[in-house]
Amino acid sequence: MSKKQKRMLARIAAAALLFAAALPLPLTGLARLAVFLLPYAVVGWDVLWRAVRNIAHGQVFDENFLMALATIGALATGEYPEAVFVMLFYQVGELFQSYAVDQSRKSITALMDIRPDYANMEVDGQLQQVDPEDVAVGDTIVIKPGERIPLDGVVLEGTTTVDTAALTGESLPREAGPGDDVISGCVNLSGLLRVQVTRPFEESTVSKILDLVENASGRKAKAEHFITKFARYYTPIVVLAAVALAVLPPLFTSIQWVDSIQRALNFLVVSCPCALVISVPLSFFGGIGGASRDGILVKGGNYLEVLAKAEIVVFDKTGTLTQGVFNVTTIHPDDCSEGQLLELAALAESWSDHPISRSLKEAYGKELDPARVSEAEELSGRGVRAVVDGRTICAGNDKLMEDIGVSWHPCHRVGTTVHVAADGVYLGHIVISDQVKPDAKEAIAALKSQGVRKTVMLTGDAREVGEDVAGRLGLDEVHTQLLPAGKVEQVEALLKQVSPKGALAFVGDGINDAPVLSRADVGIAMGGLGSDAAIEAADIVLMDDKPSKIAHAISIARRTLAIVRQNIVFALAVKLLVLVLSAAGWASMWAAVFADVGVSVIAILNAMRCLRQPKQI
Amino acid sequence: MKKRFKLLNLDCANCAAKMEDAIKKLDGVHDATVSFMTQKLTLDADDARFEEILQQAVKACKKVEPDCTIVL
Repeated sequence: MSKKQKRMLARIAAAALLFAAALPLPLTGLARLAVFLLPYAVVGWDVLWRAVRNIAHGQVFDENFLMALATIGALATGEYPEAVFVMLFYQVGELFQSYAVDQSRKSITALMDIRPDYANMEVDGQLQQVDPEDVAVGDTIVIKPGERIPLDGVVLEGTTTVDTAALTGESLPREAGPGDDVISGCVNLSGLLRVQVTRPFEESTVSKILDLVENASGRKAKAEHFITKFARYYTPIVVLAAVALAVLPPLFTSIQWVDSIQRALNFLVVSCPCALVISVPLSFFGGIGGASRDGILVKGGNYLEVLAKAEIVVFDKTGTLTQGVFNVTTIHPDDCSEGQLLELAALAESWSDHPISRSLKEAYGKELDPARVSEAEELSGRGVRAVVDGRTICAGNDKLMEDIGVSWHPCHRVGTTVHVAADGVYLGHIVISDQVKPDAKEAIAALKSQGVRKTVMLTGDAREVGEDVAGRLGLDEVHTQLLPAGKVEQVEALLKQVSPKGALAFVGDGINDAPVLSRADVGIAMGGLGSDAAIEAADIVLMDDKPSKIAHAISIARRTLAIVRQNIVFALAVKLLVLVLSAAGWASMWAAVFADVGVSVIAILNAMRCLRQPKQI
Repeated sequence: MKKRFKLLNLDCANCAAKMEDAIKKLDGVHDATVSFMTQKLTLDADDARFEEILQQAVKACKKVEPDCTIVL
């Protein structure tokens, strides 16, 4: 509790005691007023003062004014205990509100607290703790076990495991050794690291994420705009209605002035829209905070709103549903062993830096002796030719085989096929393909079970490859051989199929698909860890590479919106009910105070649930 | 130019909305948000007159909620 809150608590306690002492006193008239005025003043003087001051500033219809008017009205009509109690209850509610909001603010900011406090820099052989902002690119920093990595960099010395949970929500630590990049915001778990800094603090991953999260509350959801607008009209309307309620009935019916004024005062107490004004942004803030704990960064409440109604989800293939890494998946030798075929292909391709060559070398795994290879030559769009151990080896596609007049046969496996021939004799082929992410199939199934109407995959890749992946994952539609512009056209066509209440989400890896990310109703980028492009272009960033997080993000969004809706409906229903009851003269001022402060407190507690997220699927 | 300022003693969500409204209406302000949750003011205004606009924003806030101060 802050100092201010503690002081308030003391005042409330003192006033409550005075009030309890005053209740049984057998006094009448002015003496009775005096003993009740004492606790009233103790607990409510600031409300009165603020009411007067705000009116002087031209702010008439605020809470303070309404509470002052209502309680002074009660005092004037002789309801002394009511006046004191209402003020007391109001202050208790306010205190609780401010405490609850503080608490949730704290727990949310704690979730996002990945800001490093210091960096250990080597100065003249001595370690010094410096502000991460003072470290320049190229400086060497030391990160001890248990410390947070303060800046992005590359490991010079040491091996360790790194906990990325604060950024990705992924509990499995990653390994890091010399030459590996490490990302700020992660925690170094086991070993001592010497790291060369590659980016200044302002451009580091941690700064980017913090910036994004802090900006998120600035992008307001429609529901938030609705509430502020609503509040602007609601209060004056209720106040006018209260005036009418006070004046009209005594003029035209037999109702007494005292009664009608009391009803009007109750009306005023209910008129504060606080429950809504606080709980709606709090819910969105909580939803965004909870999502960030699971490695899902949402750039604003408005995107949660759109995501909740996603009915078409469009995926990019490479790097999103597949790993974007090419691996040897099949080796079909015709006339030698698998090992021999791979060895020859790897040797022939050993001089090339093509991704296919790299995956062949990786699959071979052993050291390649460059002395065995000579006359290596890259044939663009075909493959390579080289002399290995005295034999001329050709490795490449079907066109290369046609060129050298070797009879080859196609493979039934889908992927990029590398045929190998030695001195004009066909030896067999190797199939290289991109692998589907382990959770991609589940991810699509989870989206389906959440009621996503259509899942679509767009890819620049060949038709067979695209259709094979789409078929295995159970996607509804696939469009292949698309150029970046073609992807935008496809998305635009799909946008026309979206129902008025639905939305289209596009999921990409942030590379080459920035135009599509911004064209979709909500753009989701994967693998935001370390990728600036993704963080810039997307509305929602998944920090790790898991497509299954999309369904999780949708459930977070839906839950947040459900809570927002509950609060709006609940608060309005109770207020309306109490308004009607007090107009009819059936509600006491106690009910009115409950409808104001009590409802706020309940709505805040409900909004806090947004922080606790549904179980991950 | 866009700058962010911390707000102290911003106790009421309704006031935050009112402040935001008042600041947005100031001449030269492109955009402004007052976040009750993060207790921050984001002000996007003309570069040349930023200081002057900021002073006006401070005044506007004082008018809505005298307890609240902008940390400059």
